[in-house]
Amino acid sequence: MSTPTVHHGAMFDTNELVINMGPQHPSTHGVLRVVLRLDGEKVVDADVVIGYLHRGIEKLSENRNWTQIVLLTDRMDYVAAATSNVGYCETVEKLMSLEVPRRARYVRTILCELQRIASHCLWLGTHAMDIGAMTVFLYAFRERELILDLFEEYCGARLTYNSMRIGGLPLEIPPGWDQKVLEFCKIMDAKVDEYEELLTHNRIWLERTKGVGVIDGPEAVAIGLSGPALRGSGVPRDVRKDEPYAAYDEMEFDVPIGTVGDTYDRYLVRIEEFRQSLRIIRQATEGLPEGPIVGKVPRLIKPPAGETYHAIESPKGELGYFIVSDGKSTNPYRFRVRPPSFCNLQALPRLVRGHLVADVVALIGSIDIVLGEVDR
Amino acid sequence: MGEAIAFYTIAAFVLGFAVLVVSTKDTVHSVLFLVLDFLFVAALYVLLGAQFLAAIQVLVYAGGIVVLYLFVVMLVNLKRPPETYEDPNRRGKLGFALSAAVLIELGAIAAIGYARPAPALAPPSAALPVTGNTEEVGWLLYTSYLIPFEIASMLLLVAMIGAIVLAKREL
Amino acid sequence: MVDTFLVPLLKIVIVLNATLVSVTYMVLLERKVIAWAQSRLGPMRVGPYGILQPVADAVKLMIKEDITPVRADKWVFTAAPIIAMVPALIVYAVIPFGPEVSLFGRQVTLYITDINVGLLYVVSVASVGVYGIILAGYASNSKYPLLASLRASAQLISYEVAVTLTLVSVILVAGSLSMVSIVRAQESAGVWFAFVQPVAFVIFFIGGLAETNRAPFDLPEAEQELTGGFHTEYSGMRFALFFLAEYANMIVVSSVATTLFFGGWLRPFPNVEALAFLDLIPSWAWFLLKSFVFLYIFIWVRATLPRYRYDQLMRLGWKVLIPLAILNLVVTGIVKVILL
Repeated sequence: MSTPTVHHGAMFDTNELVINMGPQHPSTHGVLRVVLRLDGEKVVDADVVIGYLHRGIEKLSENRNWTQIVLLTDRMDYVAAATSNVGYCETVEKLMSLEVPRRARYVRTILCELQRIASHCLWLGTHAMDIGAMTVFLYAFRERELILDLFEEYCGARLTYNSMRIGGLPLEIPPGWDQKVLEFCKIMDAKVDEYEELLTHNRIWLERTKGVGVIDGPEAVAIGLSGPALRGSGVPRDVRKDEPYAAYDEMEFDVPIGTVGDTYDRYLVRIEEFRQSLRIIRQATEGLPEGPIVGKVPRLIKPPAGETYHAIESPKGELGYFIVSDGKSTNPYRFRVRPPSFCNLQALPRLVRGHLVADVVALIGSIDIVLGEVDR
Repeated sequence: MGEAIAFYTIAAFVLGFAVLVVSTKDTVHSVLFLVLDFLFVAALYVLLGAQFLAAIQVLVYAGGIVVLYLFVVMLVNLKRPPETYEDPNRRGKLGFALSAAVLIELGAIAAIGYARPAPALAPPSAALPVTGNTEEVGWLLYTSYLIPFEIASMLLLVAMIGAIVLAKREL
Repeated sequence: MVDTFLVPLLKIVIVLNATLVSVTYMVLLERKVIAWAQSRLGPMRVGPYGILQPVADAVKLMIKEDITPVRADKWVFTAAPIIAMVPALIVYAVIPFGPEVSLFGRQVTLYITDINVGLLYVVSVASVGVYGIILAGYASNSKYPLLASLRASAQLISYEVAVTLTLVSVILVAGSLSMVSIVRAQESAGVWFAFVQPVAFVIFFIGGLAETNRAPFDLPEAEQELTGGFHTEYSGMRFALFFLAEYANMIVVSSVATTLFFGGWLRPFPNVEALAFLDLIPSWAWFLLKSFVFLYIFIWVRATLPRYRYDQLMRLGWKVLIPLAILNLVVTGIVKVILL
């Protein structure tokens, strides 16, 4: 779509109105700019402008060695940093055919699932607040604080963890940490019920989310959606089940699937994912095997020449890494990320068409994007 | 005595605002002066002992009808267009002619009215159990004036439906 | 002389001051209650437990620079917040805080006046309050506040219809338009009208939420909206006046709800002798207590519920509340005719 022109002149001519949302806006979850073409109050088209947070992470990686890149992956999806770390490390391990010890895989699973809950807490808080339920925002962040405390105890950081290494993890879990994780699970179970009590059967919530942004399965797949946004439309694709990584092949869990593909379904899918994540964390923590926390890794990491793609299920969707190594240098030849938020955001113009302006905000929240990932 | 002072003060305001309604250049200001005018007319009604009518005047006229006038005026954003008549005094001459005609008519009515004796007022009907102003109006509306009342409401309904049909877009 | 002039003047002074102070403290109350609902503490720094926060807010707003947009209509721009605030204050002239009591040897009525069309006066004054919002959007001389103000005023007018219809049902039951008579009717009936007219009460309360632009009907004011609210161009004391006007309207709705549906100044079970000890609490204290409960519910609702989209809001008003109010009115009328 060509850059829309702004109409000066008569305020209420029957042409379309073009308004600009962002990049500085309370509800765009970061620096996102959406140019809306409106016919009255209905959205005719939306043009998403991104790139305000582009930091050149992929190019920077070409000048860093393989271990240093873990730091950069933190900063893409800064809401779920551990997951990005895991994805990257596993890709390199796949290229190097490294064996990761079982304990490391279990701890990775625990951290990934904790991260999923933390990310969904942030999603729930901001999504609810955009629709007007401001109390849920504070409740969700209160629980996210508990998770961040757990992470801080583990690796010392609350946002950018740098908590994975190629071949395992850098740190052993502190004593008593697994007990704290189990206690957290108990608290969190009750809290998810609290969120549901406030929202799931609330008539106003239902009116704001049911039937808003409907996209059916085949079209969702065609656009390239993944994660809860795809599962909300009824497509049963979850990388943890279809191509298990870390310790997921040893875990028992269900994958919630929606039916209609509207905002309400995506909401329900993520709420159920809270519960399933808690289930996985409990299994992994209770069944944590003994053993080394990092595998046999050469001092200088030099993967053989070749390329590989590996995907994991981040809280936002399928997070994929494509790396090309030339076998000679300690830096990657090419480092490419398939961010779920970037691909999911492509669906926004399709979802928003025909809805009212007030729904745009609900839909951006429903897709659950983080701009660090979209722009890299 | 106090009533006379009140009456003349309020009447002065009413007339003053009415003049401002017509003479202001800005249309929105004109509408706002109209609102003030209606509020003072409501005060006149209170002086006459018609409290119900005063409240209804504020509620319906000032608080409803003029709000809609204001919507239209703001949305359409009328400004006085430049006038390009050949005779620049045209407006003044027309105004003078019209107001002269109205004054002559009023004078004629007043003169005939003084000349004729006042007709006997109809005696109040004994059947009405009247206690207050609202009750009186209510009784009259629903007994003696029922048909005009119902016709007026039908008229409003028809006007509303007409407006919706005319303005409706294909949804 | 004293009775016709000084006493009413004194009552007006007391009521106005009490209202203005309550309105400023409502700001603090809202922040505190919402904070407690969200497991935080709210303002705590200024004064013990944040009690002096409204003073700090008032001082801050008064010393802020007063910005008027360049091509805004200066008179209307200044008048709009005043037009929004004044109706909320004038309504107190008819609200009864208590019956006649003897004070310093005189019989004093705890209300400023009792006009025989009291309820109609309340409704008509409230309808003038719409102008404040319309003019605020217009005077800002900017596209988005104008649209937002038109939407807000359309919302107000729509819900006014529903609210007025419920008031008519109350008038039918009480048999009078005067506020004091309505309370007396509840006294002689021995039951609060909320139990006689529950549907009317619920519609009144929901309509009251919409009339005061409170959540869940606060879309015109929400920050998440692209078109900034009607008060976008206002700053400093004028902005404060809009929000004080909103709180003042909330207090008015609570007071009117108390008077019409919850017995005004009457204690619970006013005709039951066994509970006469409740008379230790004076009548005006009962009134204030009941109003306070409603204010708390207003704030509670804001902390809990998401907000309606504009079209859903209008649909609720026109397609649900107005038919329900009319139905309630018809049923009340029929029941009254049968019972008489």
